Amino acid sequence: MEVDPLIWQLSIFVLAIFVGYYVIWSVTPALHTPLMAITNAISSVIVVGALMAAGPADFSAAKVLGLAAITLAAVNIFGGFVVTQRMLSMFRGKKK
Amino acid sequence: MSANLTALAYLVASVLFILALRGLSSPGAARRGNMMGIAGMAIAIGTTVLDPSIVSYGGILAAIAVGGIIGTIIARRIQMTAMPELIAGFHSLVGMAAVLVAAAAFLSPDSFGIVDESGAIKMASRIEMALGVVIGAITFSGSIVAFAKLAGLLSGDPVMFPGQHWLNLAIGVVIAVLIAMFAQTPDPQWFWIFTGLAFAIGILLIIPIGGADMPVVISMLNSYSGWAAAGIGFTLGNSALIVTGALVGSSGAILSYIMCKAMNRSFISVILGGFGAVATTARSKTDKPHKEGSAEDAAFLLRNAGSVVIVPGYGMAVAQAQHVLAEVAEKLKSQGIKVRYGIHPVAGRMPGHMNVLLAEANVPYEDVHELEEINPDFSNTDVAIVIGANDVTNPAAKNDPKSPIFGMPILEVDKAKTVLFIKRSMKGVGYAGIDNELFYSPNTMMLLADAKKMMQDIGKEL
Repeated sequence: MEVDPLIWQLSIFVLAIFVGYYVIWSVTPALHTPLMAITNAISSVIVVGALMAAGPADFSAAKVLGLAAITLAAVNIFGGFVVTQRMLSMFRGKKK
Repeated sequence: MSANLTALAYLVASVLFILALRGLSSPGAARRGNMMGIAGMAIAIGTTVLDPSIVSYGGILAAIAVGGIIGTIIARRIQMTAMPELIAGFHSLVGMAAVLVAAAAFLSPDSFGIVDESGAIKMASRIEMALGVVIGAITFSGSIVAFAKLAGLLSGDPVMFPGQHWLNLAIGVVIAVLIAMFAQTPDPQWFWIFTGLAFAIGILLIIPIGGADMPVVISMLNSYSGWAAAGIGFTLGNSALIVTGALVGSSGAILSYIMCKAMNRSFISVILGGFGAVATTARSKTDKPHKEGSAEDAAFLLRNAGSVVIVPGYGMAVAQAQHVLAEVAEKLKSQGIKVRYGIHPVAGRMPGHMNVLLAEANVPYEDVHELEEINPDFSNTDVAIVIGANDVTNPAAKNDPKSPIFGMPILEVDKAKTVLFIKRSMKGVGYAGIDNELFYSPNTMMLLADAKKMMQDIGKEL
């Protein structure tokens, strides 16, 4: 009997929640705002779904939705990473 | 590119995302981490675009360029004080993108390879896309309300009406029933109805939550945006999206937990909302005696202090006083006085907001301490300066079991020899709408003025 791919996906999902749990607790509270900005940016990897919708040559409603989703996700990806970088560059230690 | 190679590339992207988050354990590693995040995103997008089913590049490139330029401009121009609004706005975009992708998958399931032999969408995929679109829609409309409240477009006061929670519950039940019906028969009307209802409930869920609880709301919506992404990841069978969704979902959940704990509130009570709406324990009308001081008095006390702890709150950000404050702190340090900052987890409107504002004002991060680190030191602190904070210093949280904030961890400034409490007037109360006995304590000197103006005057005196 073959295992349904859904079960593999569920396994990845559950294990990733555990990875997230331990990784996030190690984040210093001082960097919680950059954490939110960067999680925002990476959750926009949802753009891969938008690319698949916008990819086909034929014009369709799905393609329009896909292009709109790419635009929104791109705002988030660029905005999220740039603002994270901007914030992190401000966190400086004592001048030596 | 073969399917296996594609899957491996997504695995690499997932690992890079994990490392990006791991980097945030220290500011130095965080900058490298952000680069890894960017690399992970580039790999994920590049891999997808190389898929043979994607042939129409013009529109895609244009959409990325338009979105990328808008995002970059916003990110470069945004004021650090406006960071909570920006993050709420970004959450809404993730939510909307999830809705659009789910709708596209529903309309053209062929492009996503989620149809069975008969040409209908698989049942598992229907459930996954339903969950993705519902959570995405809630994230979108909830974040829009949060954005409007944070940006001052809507009042930060909780909006309550009778039967509110029952209405929300009823809508929630209807959505669940419709998803079940949609799982049975792929009737398009169910899809659009529960999507519409999800947009409505997103608004209804956030309007009763007041300004003081915004750090929890933002964290919660951060979490939702992750779960929405994971839901879409299941629909697409994309491991990078599933992993990222799980990471972001747990990140937001942990931040919500930390924020709730810092306010000694249960997550449920925050969700139900209404905090700060009712005038709690009547403020005593009789003017209790308090001691007022001038900038000159404050400067005198500071000059003669050996160690100073500054407790900033959201009011400091509103008054844009952080730069002047940092200058005063530098002056004191150059005179050999030990100056540190104590940050309450819910100071500001989002987790870590104060730390960013102080970093922007060039305060070295070694000088900025968390509540647990700084609290034991207040008893040997000469002067504590409270600037733009209130409830997080209120001793009632420790002493008065009847107080609505009883049990909330506070910064114990009352243990310092002298407290300089900068406040606009004696009238205003904190977000919790309660009086602060610290104002009337014999070792407190009230400095009644605009925070920025007061810091400038103190700076001149020094």
